[in-house]
Amino acid sequence: MSEHVINLTDATFDEQIGAASGAVVVDFWAEWCGPCKMIAPILDEIASENAGITIAKLNIDDNLDVTRRFDVMSIPTLIVFKDGQAVKRLVGAKPKGALVQELAEFL
Amino acid sequence: MTERRQVVVIGSGPAGLTAAIYTARAQLEPVVIEGEPSSTSDQPGGQLMLTTEVENFPGFPTGVTGPELMSQMREQALRFGADLVTAKVTKVDFSASPFAIYVGSDEPTYLADSVIVATGARSLMLGVPGEERLLGYGLSTCATCDGFFFRGHEIAVVGGGDSALEEAIFLTRFASKVHLLVRRDSLRASKIMQERALANEKIEVHWNTGVLEVLGESKVERLAIVDTVTGAEAVLEVTGIFVAIGHVPNTDLFKGQLGLHDNGYIEVGVGSRTTVDGVFACGDVQDHVYRQAITSAGSGCMAAIDAERWLEGQGH
Repeated sequence: MSEHVINLTDATFDEQIGAASGAVVVDFWAEWCGPCKMIAPILDEIASENAGITIAKLNIDDNLDVTRRFDVMSIPTLIVFKDGQAVKRLVGAKPKGALVQELAEFL
Repeated sequence: MTERRQVVVIGSGPAGLTAAIYTARAQLEPVVIEGEPSSTSDQPGGQLMLTTEVENFPGFPTGVTGPELMSQMREQALRFGADLVTAKVTKVDFSASPFAIYVGSDEPTYLADSVIVATGARSLMLGVPGEERLLGYGLSTCATCDGFFFRGHEIAVVGGGDSALEEAIFLTRFASKVHLLVRRDSLRASKIMQERALANEKIEVHWNTGVLEVLGESKVERLAIVDTVTGAEAVLEVTGIFVAIGHVPNTDLFKGQLGLHDNGYIEVGVGSRTTVDGVFACGDVQDHVYRQAITSAGSGCMAAIDAERWLEGQGH
């Protein structure tokens, strides 16, 4: 995981999402999810190529509260937060080009 | 820019990666165009990326997960110098040698002396109303990924083959009950899987049952089902649906380029030879009979050896 990516937990989620300037893309993932592993390096790249966006990871296994609060039912799920509000949701792994396109308005 | 290669492998399941390991060890410097991430079986690593425990791959006496097996094969291919490219082939032209392979560009990305096609097969979807809308919201193509979210729920698995039963059994770890919906009055699955599924108290089999519609406002709430014999319709209250009803070969790229059987699978003659000299096929894209990780890997080895000998014969 690159230095551009932050880790969230149930305990830190509200504070870190609330304090963030600009868009935060939260990647709901788990160790046992193959497609999650595949998009992880892509998200790393997007984070290092785009200073305006923060990529944050939330391990669903360890952080059930936030996972339930946002009704995540499939992983990987990416939820984009702006000013503390969830503004966009992407479900399922996608190629880099498609992800960049979906996130273009926040980059 | 166009790059010249002796061997281009299209696909990166067990067939493609085994072909890569063999051709790399034979110093043919293969490039593997491995596909792109997705949450369906059409992704790098192929169908095994969505599989839980693989118990029948020789050499793993205590089993191995599908993603772990594929990551090891990938590592092995890289170790011998295969180049792996995370992209999707958009077009091929096999009408003249060297063969042209396009990866999202107007100019060929590769010109290849030989090509090994290992694009595999992808899961069929139900094709009923509500399915696409609720994909990711209770309807899943990946039991490994999403089973977790159905702890204590009643869910349904659609299908009667090995993969359906494997998913149903896996999902009993989480779900309070798994309804197995089978279109016919028997299972296609292997004996051992049938015995395990039928003995599992959490699994209830619904014979002669088809799915008409997936229902729910913002997530799956129930399923409209039909008795395929009497035509009687009913509603099944479930919050999750996992679909495992079979596969279609990924051969759209090769229509008009390679000889295909009526069912879409690539025609192969002796060994792994296709109808085009210098193009070889292996794995599920040419096999609708066995469809196992090990047969797929075996046929990948055959394709690599066939390609190597063919290249030698051409004086490469």
